[in-house]
Amino acid sequence: MITREPYYCPECTSMFARWGYKGLSFSQQVGQAMLVTLRAVLYIPLMFSKRNRHEVWYQLFFTGIKSLPVISVVALFTGMIFAVQTGIELARFGQEVQVGGAVTVVMLREMGPFMTGLIIAASVGSSIAAQLGTMTVSEEIAALEIMSIDPIRFLVMPRLLALLVMMPMLTLYTDLLAVAGGAIIGVTQLGVDVQAYLDNAVLYAELKDLYTGLFKAFCFGFIICAVACHEGFTTTGGAVGVGKATRSTVVISFLVILVTGFILTRIFYN
Amino acid sequence: MIKFENVIKEFGNVPVLRGFNLHIHKGETISLVGTSGAGKSVTLKHMVRLLTPTRGDVIIDGTRINELNGEALGKIRSRFGYLFQSAALLQWLTVYENVALPLRENTRMSEKEIHEKVDAVLGKVGLEAAAEKLPASISGGMQKRAGLARAVVTEPDILLYDEPTSGLDPVTSRTIDELIHKLQKDLGVTSVVVTHDMISALTISDRIAMLHQGEVVEVTPPREFLHSKNEIVRGFLDSQCIHTEFFEDFPERILQ
Repeated sequence: MITREPYYCPECTSMFARWGYKGLSFSQQVGQAMLVTLRAVLYIPLMFSKRNRHEVWYQLFFTGIKSLPVISVVALFTGMIFAVQTGIELARFGQEVQVGGAVTVVMLREMGPFMTGLIIAASVGSSIAAQLGTMTVSEEIAALEIMSIDPIRFLVMPRLLALLVMMPMLTLYTDLLAVAGGAIIGVTQLGVDVQAYLDNAVLYAELKDLYTGLFKAFCFGFIICAVACHEGFTTTGGAVGVGKATRSTVVISFLVILVTGFILTRIFYN
Repeated sequence: MIKFENVIKEFGNVPVLRGFNLHIHKGETISLVGTSGAGKSVTLKHMVRLLTPTRGDVIIDGTRINELNGEALGKIRSRFGYLFQSAALLQWLTVYENVALPLRENTRMSEKEIHEKVDAVLGKVGLEAAAEKLPASISGGMQKRAGLARAVVTEPDILLYDEPTSGLDPVTSRTIDELIHKLQKDLGVTSVVVTHDMISALTISDRIAMLHQGEVVEVTPPREFLHSKNEIVRGFLDSQCIHTEFFEDFPERILQ
């Protein structure tokens, strides 16, 4: 049951009791977000059923194709900025030829999934939270429940699937474009030969870097969906509440992506 | 058919229903009236378990709904049609798609059968011409009628109306009243109407229940309600300038 009754924090005179209740409320919310998203995972086998396929295709299009313009610009310029900064330092040692390797490794391991995660959290995540939040305050979610239509299958599963599929694909696209951006700077500003740039890129990057980056992107997709859907479904207070839910989605997603990125890096590169 | 037995509902420390008792009979139309915050919409939401009682029982045909989950809850809910105050139409679907949604999701009907059924229901509420429009591009009254069409398309046993005439002009309000009355007569459903609008309540109800501070203070047929000596009822009627003499033959006059 999505439609939840609001959580009330009893009035506490003690500071420790207040912290305790806040901690309890936080744990409950994390648990609810995880449960909703995991229930959506159970519905994924139904993705191509007659009832779901239209929404699944639309969400894949919305998450993937509609995000391409902004991701293209950000990826290209991230690669270029990184190449400029690294190239200046490497040039001091006469090693500007190494810029291809530096850009490629950093993008594959960290910056590709991280930048893609931030962009998708800000664009798609906020959009999911705003839509579900508006539906919650206008009682559309309650209407679905009364019609015996599970909002998790109807609304969450297509969005989760789209994020899980599209995040790694968009990350790969970001990586490629950033490496291309780095190449533009390498060739035009640092005087590095294209072939040398690419040889260096291939020399230093390992397959493991690619896999871990894509796995991170997959995890970030899950996080964005969990946060956005939870914030959307627990929206209260009309238009102001929808605004708060949207803001919270972006802020919480950013923070969780950062922390998760660090933890995964420690696990894979311990 | 629907029984509330000593239902207490609290939001935090704030009690909304305080030992609420009500028995709704099969096939009747009952209106729940009262001031804002009296607990009318909360009562309605308990019937479909959008809210759960803090204490007490809500019983639908012998089944305690506050204990149900999953499929059992879905089965009970499928017996209900619910018209929300805001109509609660899905904004990205057309009027036709909104009405067809419960049939597409919960039945094995073919598209042809769905088309025939939706067309018939839209005809009943006078929305054939607006079938392909999005909810945002039609008026509030039309949205309510579309919500009503969606509520009745599955042929439920029980229809719940949350403020069906709020925010509408008097002419459209009477159109909605007539629709509710017509649907009740045609389908023989049990209807529960939450309203502030006494004219609406007097027009369509078999019984009217007056709620005050989370309790039922009076449940009577409309004519007796008009003559009630209860101070809260009298105050509510007077606040809407409902004078007993003028409304003596009111329901019959309006619904002829």
